Amino acid sequence: MEPILFILFGAIAVAGSIMVVTRKHPMASALYLILTLFAVAALFVLRQAHFLAAIQVIVYAGAVVVLFIFVIMLINVPENKLPVERLTALRFLGVAAAGLLILEGAVLARKTTMPGGTAADSGSVQAVGRALFTDYLLAFEITSVLLLAAVIGAIALAKKKI
Amino acid sequence: MESFVHSLVKAVPVLSGVPMWTLTLTAMILSAAVLLVFALTFGGVGSYVLRKVAGDIQARIGPNRVGPNGILQFLADGVKLVLKEDIIPAKADRFLFALAPYFVFVGSFAAFVVLPFGVGLIASDLNIGVYYVMAVTSLVVVGVLLAGWASNNKWALLGGMRAAAQIVSYEIPVGMALMPAVLIAGSLSLQDIVRSQGGLLGVFGWNLFHNPFTFFSFFLYFTAAQAETNQTPFDLPEAESELVSGYNVEYSGIRFGFFFLAEFGDMFVVAALATACFLGGWHIPFLHAEALPAFWGNLLSLGAFLAKAFALVLVMMWIRWTLPRLRVDQLMRMAWKYLVPLTFVNLLGVSLWLLIFKGKGIPQMIASLFG
Repeated sequence: MEPILFILFGAIAVAGSIMVVTRKHPMASALYLILTLFAVAALFVLRQAHFLAAIQVIVYAGAVVVLFIFVIMLINVPENKLPVERLTALRFLGVAAAGLLILEGAVLARKTTMPGGTAADSGSVQAVGRALFTDYLLAFEITSVLLLAAVIGAIALAKKKI
Repeated sequence: MESFVHSLVKAVPVLSGVPMWTLTLTAMILSAAVLLVFALTFGGVGSYVLRKVAGDIQARIGPNRVGPNGILQFLADGVKLVLKEDIIPAKADRFLFALAPYFVFVGSFAAFVVLPFGVGLIASDLNIGVYYVMAVTSLVVVGVLLAGWASNNKWALLGGMRAAAQIVSYEIPVGMALMPAVLIAGSLSLQDIVRSQGGLLGVFGWNLFHNPFTFFSFFLYFTAAQAETNQTPFDLPEAESELVSGYNVEYSGIRFGFFFLAEFGDMFVVAALATACFLGGWHIPFLHAEALPAFWGNLLSLGAFLAKAFALVLVMMWIRWTLPRLRVDQLMRMAWKYLVPLTFVNLLGVSLWLLIFKGKGIPQMIASLFG
């Protein structure tokens, strides 16, 4: 059952992300992004990482993409005035970069041994919390500084007079 | 769900010949159907009660024509909604316009899955219950935004944007105000949170009376939740007097019905979460529901849970018809400058309390004084 579901949600995620970059209208892209994020959340659930799946949906589908849609709605470009993207060298570079990334992933997947099976508590709140506050404490704390910088930056940009 | 199927197979040996997955699937569909019927009935009867409460508070009678005391009004309204012409504006984005109500309804209905209705009455006791509710309700925001945008109508657009800004802002205090209950139970599962509030203390075993911070946190949650469900005094997305009806202004017929049902579904989910996290969930004061025979235990605990949740829904309606509406800037200021900092201070307070007093609440300490 699990391999079938993995292929199903994996296919949805891949197809969704292709649609995100190929759709002309930004609203359609944003909606396909939501679909992709939900499919990735489903993949997390398949690996018993329920907590990560919930966080993924709350943070990305519930807040980040909502902000994207918000901006798209605020700007509200009429359909016939959407910029037409020309076929530039950047596109081919993008395809090449994506190919390299896939290759890199394949090589890495062959070299590293994935932790086998799905331990029942590997994705639980306790396990994630312990990992964050022991093994990855430095990265975690640095991320919080980064977020603080982003918050201050946003306020500095939005306020005319501080 | 699977443990339920296992016990079912044990009780009825005939079923052991049926493959496991069909039984699980049937059980899932059945429980979803039961929850759906409950949500629809709640939406219907809720709308009648809402209008009656409005009538009482505004010193008028309210619906009184259809059936005795107007009790059948909601059936008439339902029939009207189903039979009404389904209009899609000519310049609307047809696909997204049709899709949006489902997002909103599914987002609000999916939360019912983890609500602990009784000792064993829960569709799925997920170990991330509280976060699951927050995750699926984020679909509502997307649906509301889409509805506002796809209608191609200025009022709808304004309403949709107000709703999205409001829900995204108030999601933070809502989540943070629920955390004290999670900290006390040491689990995100709603069933575990309810179980942690049992014991012989009766009403005083509830998280509401655990310590001063949890008491405060219940009111913070209730305020923020009132805003998250877009109800007066925070109903700016609908604001009839300025936006006509907000994001759903172009909708008619059953599509409008979905928005309507989702609104009542949200009300119940919010009340049920408050009940489960602060008011002892399905615990009946001074009666150990888990020790009773399965049938009576479930029935009585279901009654207790629904009584508490419905009481909170009534309070929400009462607030809704009593307080005037805020302005948009006041609303945002309230979320970011008052509620968010307060919930964080509160969370810190609860954490320190649990650390200093080793997880004991005031009622427990008083009880241990008297032996």
